This record gives sequence, C-alpha cells and structure tokens, in this order.
Amino acid sequence: MTSNFLAGFTAVVTFVFVFYLLRRGILREKYAVLWLFFSGAALFFAIFPSVLDRISFAIGIATPVNLLFFVTVVLLILVSVQLSYELSRHEGRIRRLAEEVALLQQQINSLGEKDENGSNDSH
Amino acid sequence: MPHKRSLIAIPAWNEQESIAGVIVKVQEHRPDADILVVNDGSTDRTAEVALAAGATVISLPFNVGVGGAMRTAFLYAKREGYTALVQVDADGQHDPADLDRLLAGLGTADIVVGTRFHPDSTYHVGGPRRWAMVLLSKTLSTMNREMISDPTSGFRSAGPRAIELFAVEYPADYLGDTVGSLAIAIRAGLTVSETPVTMYFRQHGRPSKNAVWSALYLGRASLAIIATGLKTGRTPRGDDS
Repeated sequence: MTSNFLAGFTAVVTFVFVFYLLRRGILREKYAVLWLFFSGAALFFAIFPSVLDRISFAIGIATPVNLLFFVTVVLLILVSVQLSYELSRHEGRIRRLAEEVALLQQQINSLGEKDENGSNDSH
Repeated sequence: MPHKRSLIAIPAWNEQESIAGVIVKVQEHRPDADILVVNDGSTDRTAEVALAAGATVISLPFNVGVGGAMRTAFLYAKREGYTALVQVDADGQHDPADLDRLLAGLGTADIVVGTRFHPDSTYHVGGPRRWAMVLLSKTLSTMNREMISDPTSGFRSAGPRAIELFAVEYPADYLGDTVGSLAIAIRAGLTVSETPVTMYFRQHGRPSKNAVWSALYLGRASLAIIATGLKTGRTPRGDDS
C-alpha cells in the first residue's frame, strides 16, 4: 500500500511539474506530451495495481514489478536515443548557421573595403 | 567556360605564430591563386595576422573543428565560382612547393591526396597507429580501385565536382574531415588519386600518441568509413539551397 502511495504521489508531482513547465513555455509540447503520458500511466498503475498483475499473468511474468521495470527501462532508453537524435540534428544546424554567419560576415567586410577604396574590382 | 581559378584554403585554429609564414610561402609558389583562411574560432590574433598577410579571412563564431572549417571553405569556393581548392595546414607542415602537383592532378581526378608515404619521405609512423593507417588505406583503396596510401593526409586538392559535393556534405566528426570525406566522395562516384608530398614536422607538436589513443583512432576511423558505406542517401541537415 505504501509503495503504491509513493508511486502515485511521484506520478502526480511529475505530472504537475511537467504541466507547469509546459504552461510557462519552458518545455515544448512534443517533449511535454511524452512525460505527461508517462506520469499518467504511472498514476494509473498506482491506483489500479491489479491491472498490472493481470497483464503480467497474461504474458507469463511471475513478478509484476519486473514487467514494470522492464517497460520503464525500455521507454527511458528510447527517450535517450530520441534526445541524442535531436541533439545531433541541432549540432548540425548550429554548425551550418555558424558557417553561414561567417560567410556573411566576410561578405560584409569585403563590401566595406570596396566602399572605402571606391573601386568596383571583384575581390 | 569561366577562367580557371584556384583557392588555397587554410583552416586555422590559434595559429598566429605560423599562419603568416604559410600565407607568404603559398603566395610565392602560386601568385595566381587566392588564399582563404578559415579562422575556426581562434582566441588569439590568427584572423588579424592572416588578413595583414593578404589572405581573405572567414571567421567562424566558435570552434567547429576542421570538418566544419573545410565545409565553410567549400561553400565559399562554390559560391565564388572557384574550380579548384587546395587544403593546406596552417602549422607549416605542408610544403607549398607541392601545390603545383596537387593542382595538376585535378586534370584527371576529382580529388588528389598528397601522400606522406613514398620512397623519399622522412615521414614515419609505427606501431598501432601504423596498423590503423594501413587498414584505412586498404579499405579506401579497395573502394576507390586506385591506391590511396595516406587517407588521413590533410594536404589535398579538390576539383569542381568535389567542391560541389563538399559544399553540401562534409563530415564534422573527428577523422571525418579526412577519411570520411574520401569515403563520401568515392561513394558519390568521384575519382581520387594521389601524389607524393613533403611533410615537415610540426613545431608546436601535439602530445605523443599512445596505444589507447591508437585504438580509439582506429575505431573511430573505421566507424567513419562504415557509417558512410551504410548511409542511405544524404542526410538533410538544413542544407544549402
């Protein structure tokens, strides 16, 4: 009973916290939705542990909590991979922007030089 | 057909001591070529020194590594209509006297790699690092059909087709800028050849490489090749229009 209360309490706190971050615009919807879903599911199983028991029994897992841990670990790994993907994509984009900024800066500088010299020579 | 123009691209990261000397020597050997220094987020006076020495300078807002610096150079070369680009190190390891042969080689190949392994060379590596380089060389040579004995050499030239390709796709990861870029080029159907070059020892050398470093080096390089080999199509990362 105590562990169920603890799980439910943690789920509620997580849900409220993520919702708060979403509302403040700190977390983007596409990430927030995932965590809201996770905490919602955790809360559900905390309130109705018998559902977990039944699922475990149906797929042949003796200790229901093992199913919970297994699914949790898999989901967390998936989220990590997803975040690595997003990070790589953003690093690529930032690099591209840095290159463009550098090229533009050089162009601006060379235009300034041309103005000073008053010539129309291409560099 | 527009007039043939060559760009000597020098990626530089905190090379204020050596950059001016490199620029002057390149100017002596190839007065016809334009010199571009890609200042890769240096915290010293590299950009000012290079500008004063007469090079065009592009300064990246932060350090992105040789791969990023080189893609910037290829983008610049493409937009400015250069038909040849030679990459030269900023630390004075490369002898600008070899520029002629690297550029001449572009008549028959899309990329010419300056190899440090040839009978007259004083360049020598041993141990695990040597094995790693041999393995890389074997793999790339098989892909290429023509021998590439020194795929990690940063002294190389690129023709119009290679400039076009590298302006869009040039790997940023460690070793990607040398080994990975060759794999991409070969995969895209470009031809790679090589020519012997002279290699000077670096004055401000990196710390010596140990066995662990060599193992990591081999692993990462293999990964670079395998990843390129397996990659399906081009990854769109906000690419140039």
